[in-house]
Amino acid sequence: MSNPDKKLDRRAFVGNIVRGAGAVGLGGAAVVLAAARSRAGDTVWQIDPNKCIACGNCATYCVLDPSAVKCVHSFAMCGYCELCTGYFEPEPNALNSGAENQLCPTGAIKRQFIEDPYHEYTIDNSLCIGCGKCVKGCSAFGNGSLYLQVSQDLCVGCNECAIAVACPSEAFRRVPADEPYLLKHREQSG
Amino acid sequence: MRSTVERGLSQFSRRGDACAANSGCGRGQVRQRLRMKRLAWAFLPLILLLLTAAAGWAEERFPPPDFTDHQLPQTVVPEGRAAWMEYLDLAALTVGLSLASYLAVWRRSRRGLFLLALASLAWLGFWREGCVCPIGAIQNVTLAVFDPGYAVPAVVVAFFALPLVFTLFFGRTFCAAVCPLGAVQELAAVRPLQVPAWLDHALGLLAYVYLGAAVLFAATGSAFVICRYDPFVGFFRLSGSLDMLVLGGCFLVVGMFVGRPYCRYLCPYGALLRLLSKVSKWHVSITPDECIQCRLCENACPYGAIRQPTVDQTVADRVVGRRRLAALIVLAPLLVAMGAWLGTRMKVPLSRLHPSVRLAERIRLEETGRVEGTIDASDAFRNTGRPVAELYREAFEQTRRFAVAGGWFGAWVGLVIGAKLIHLSVRRRRTDYQPDRANCVACGRCFWYCPNEQARLGLICPTTAAEHEGHKVQSD
Repeated sequence: MSNPDKKLDRRAFVGNIVRGAGAVGLGGAAVVLAAARSRAGDTVWQIDPNKCIACGNCATYCVLDPSAVKCVHSFAMCGYCELCTGYFEPEPNALNSGAENQLCPTGAIKRQFIEDPYHEYTIDNSLCIGCGKCVKGCSAFGNGSLYLQVSQDLCVGCNECAIAVACPSEAFRRVPADEPYLLKHREQSG
Repeated sequence: MRSTVERGLSQFSRRGDACAANSGCGRGQVRQRLRMKRLAWAFLPLILLLLTAAAGWAEERFPPPDFTDHQLPQTVVPEGRAAWMEYLDLAALTVGLSLASYLAVWRRSRRGLFLLALASLAWLGFWREGCVCPIGAIQNVTLAVFDPGYAVPAVVVAFFALPLVFTLFFGRTFCAAVCPLGAVQELAAVRPLQVPAWLDHALGLLAYVYLGAAVLFAATGSAFVICRYDPFVGFFRLSGSLDMLVLGGCFLVVGMFVGRPYCRYLCPYGALLRLLSKVSKWHVSITPDECIQCRLCENACPYGAIRQPTVDQTVADRVVGRRRLAALIVLAPLLVAMGAWLGTRMKVPLSRLHPSVRLAERIRLEETGRVEGTIDASDAFRNTGRPVAELYREAFEQTRRFAVAGGWFGAWVGLVIGAKLIHLSVRRRRTDYQPDRANCVACGRCFWYCPNEQARLGLICPTTAAEHEGHKVQSD
């Protein structure tokens, strides 16, 4: 204690030990965590279409405006119905593309005649706001070929997805980044 | 109107065989079914419930047609961000941290630090839109420790650990020029006022409490509170919910007068960095030479992180101080115990942040008839066919976990308060003005204003500095 230099040396020595232990501990813990828990690789948020109830929260709770959630159409599952319950209002005046007949608030679904009586429905992603109105209609009375998915080019990958917090049916989950979509297929339904 | 029905009918009759096969309905029934369908829209929620319950046959009500000359379009989904981009972020973080440490500790360049902070704000803030960040990474790492089913990406672990290691050696250079949240507040601090010491110390405890809460809720898999209440991420994305933007705006307005309010009083990662910075190997020094005690650095520091030279105590003061310290050392374990007890009592309100507990409460209220009607969440739960008893059991289990976790949280809060009181009662000897290693964010203002530094850079003549100081001391 009498020699201030000695005291300083002791302090530096203890400091070095603390720092060394801290650095080794932190680094070791990080490596162990990374090695043990990240074998699955990166994950991204995605909607399980089988759990989704198309409540409409996707359109309003996303931190992005418009939402990163968009409607996806599995054409192989589609019945190509003339009276598409995902496209038309419950009581349409006429089965044509008049705005008053459409369910979609932004007119994001294009309806195209293929052959009598079949029509093809295509989603314009730039207009879709992910409200799920068409999804609700299609899954209630149709084949469920329209469903919501998180568009991975738009999603900013929030640590805690704001829609996942608001999702009433726990349809949001983290999926591996190398397979970022949960697409519906025909085999799955039949 | 007529034509709609006719056309709709024609569609149904074409599908007649499929329909008949399904439910055995004839042509006449099709018409009736269509009328039913109109009705059905009115009872959509109920129908939806029934249909999803019978999901086995609900799909493919209308078999997809076999086209002869029409090619089915492929379902295309946009690709996500490439994986190498994340490693680019990691590289940027490493370069940023190294550069910040060099600029703060050796190059002593306030301008360099400021420019680097702007660059970080542009990269990690506006371009990467505030995610991934070391502050939020606390939660991912915690969740990975407590939940074996959660895979934490290696990049996130690196984002969490790298600034900690750098702080252990160079002080809080991460806060100085790499953290985008720090950078945006650094820009906002136009007219910072000195916060009274007692208030500064008291508010500083909030960060540790916030850290404890963030770990509590992440460990129980309830919520990522840091991300949910991140005040600036809305600005980085230039969108967000109104309350998020208002919160961010409030922080920026307060930040004009109180330097870096989020960093000093809330940032949970800053709380970790404070602890590590105390034992850092190197640290920003104010003067390159001998301190002339001009107090310019103290005025320049907007974060109240400059400590004054101490005055020698009288013997009587020393005795009082020792007694106080001894009393506090006895008191600290009591605070911890009291915190732990209070924490376990808080299990019910705390557990409400867990989705299963919230859902179970709602279901219980509905089952016992204390609330009218259902909500989407309870409908969705009933559709899954899961027994209610199982949900109750899970919720009960969660609440029990929260009793334990809440106890730890309470003990942590008690410990933080006790440690702060003890820390304040321990006398330290300082002969010069020095940065407080824990609170200093290495912004570089102190040495920028130091006359000795100005003389070292050749901006002023050394003698002038000394004379100037002489005048100042006399005028004081």
